[in-house]
Amino acid sequence: MTNRAEMTRRDILKSGAAVATVTLAEGVTLMAFGGSAAEAAGADAGKRWGLLIDASKCATDCNDCVTACKVENGWGSEAENAHIDPEQAAQWIRKVTLKDKETGRVTSAPVMCQHCEEPPCVDVCPTGASMQRPDGIVLVDKHICIGCRYCMMACPYKARSFVHEPLTDQKANSPRGQGTVESCNLCAPRIDTGRIPACVDACEKAGHSAILFGDLKDPDSPISKALKTYPSVALRDDLGLNPGVRYTNL
Amino acid sequence: MRLVFAFLAAMGIAGVAAAEGPRPIVPAATGEPHPEGNEYWRKHHMELMRHDRDLTLREGVRDIEASLGQCFDCHAVQDETGAQLTAADEGHFCRVCHDYAAVQVDCFTCHRSTPDGDKLYRTMATPADHNSIAAYLARLSEEETE
Repeated sequence: MTNRAEMTRRDILKSGAAVATVTLAEGVTLMAFGGSAAEAAGADAGKRWGLLIDASKCATDCNDCVTACKVENGWGSEAENAHIDPEQAAQWIRKVTLKDKETGRVTSAPVMCQHCEEPPCVDVCPTGASMQRPDGIVLVDKHICIGCRYCMMACPYKARSFVHEPLTDQKANSPRGQGTVESCNLCAPRIDTGRIPACVDACEKAGHSAILFGDLKDPDSPISKALKTYPSVALRDDLGLNPGVRYTNL
Repeated sequence: MRLVFAFLAAMGIAGVAAAEGPRPIVPAATGEPHPEGNEYWRKHHMELMRHDRDLTLREGVRDIEASLGQCFDCHAVQDETGAQLTAADEGHFCRVCHDYAAVQVDCFTCHRSTPDGDKLYRTMATPADHNSIAAYLARLSEEETE
């Protein structure tokens, strides 16, 4: 075990503030903060995580992604929802069913935080709690969330919920509590340790593989190739938020 | 002047008496002791945890050595039946000193105050794990070639 009394300064340097100095000309130095992607631990600014949801593969009667999210992050238990108005209950991810009135065609797809490139929830947050990580994941820093719920009003996808009542026995990987806003964090603790999000895992295990997960910044990733090859849509594309979650065959 | 000295002497005695008064009985921990020593941790634990929480949440650094979950690896307290004491109980490790100092602990509004059996995300996934990104991408490329 290292002695953190002596390590604190080095820890800070290790954490991504490593300074690379390049001398351009005599007396002119270029200082770059943050090491290369390989050196830097944590969220990688060279990546942008996203999902491509194929509505034609999503089964109308399947709810496995929602269940997996509940289990992973510990929301939506019966005890928690016992005396909460269903309108106010936590909902990190929901199945939405669409029906074309003309043709009768029914499609369904999960809708969660769309992890916008230009997130309105981050714009309106008065404390900086609603934030975007370098790798594009949008999440709430509950340490500084004051529960004002501006972000809930700003989100066009109704992706955020507010915890109204005290909670106990939360999952260690997913702290959540009264007076703070919460939403899908794309399973950031899983991604940081090299794992796919719980909904993607569950959808694959259910045999649908309707959710494709990957790095949008890597042109050779399966998700980038699929987006390049097939037509897809962003929900409320008119708002110009450039979400990281895309839909196809809606 | 004499009065002032008498007052100061009285203060001094009172101070000593307070220092020797009842102290919180800190529950014994298991595992290796902190190399920094207990006094350092008693004084600086909040700075260390605040620094690490921002690194973890805001920058996604999860290979740091101290997390609240890891505190409970050694600092969990059980009752006579062996059940874990939560922060709602006076005997909880954090509450013993915090109650004495009358400082409220806010951590446990959101964080669980007992060890979680699930220690899945303390280590990096290996390509052999079914839910690892590497294994997932390998499965996708297999599908593509088929």
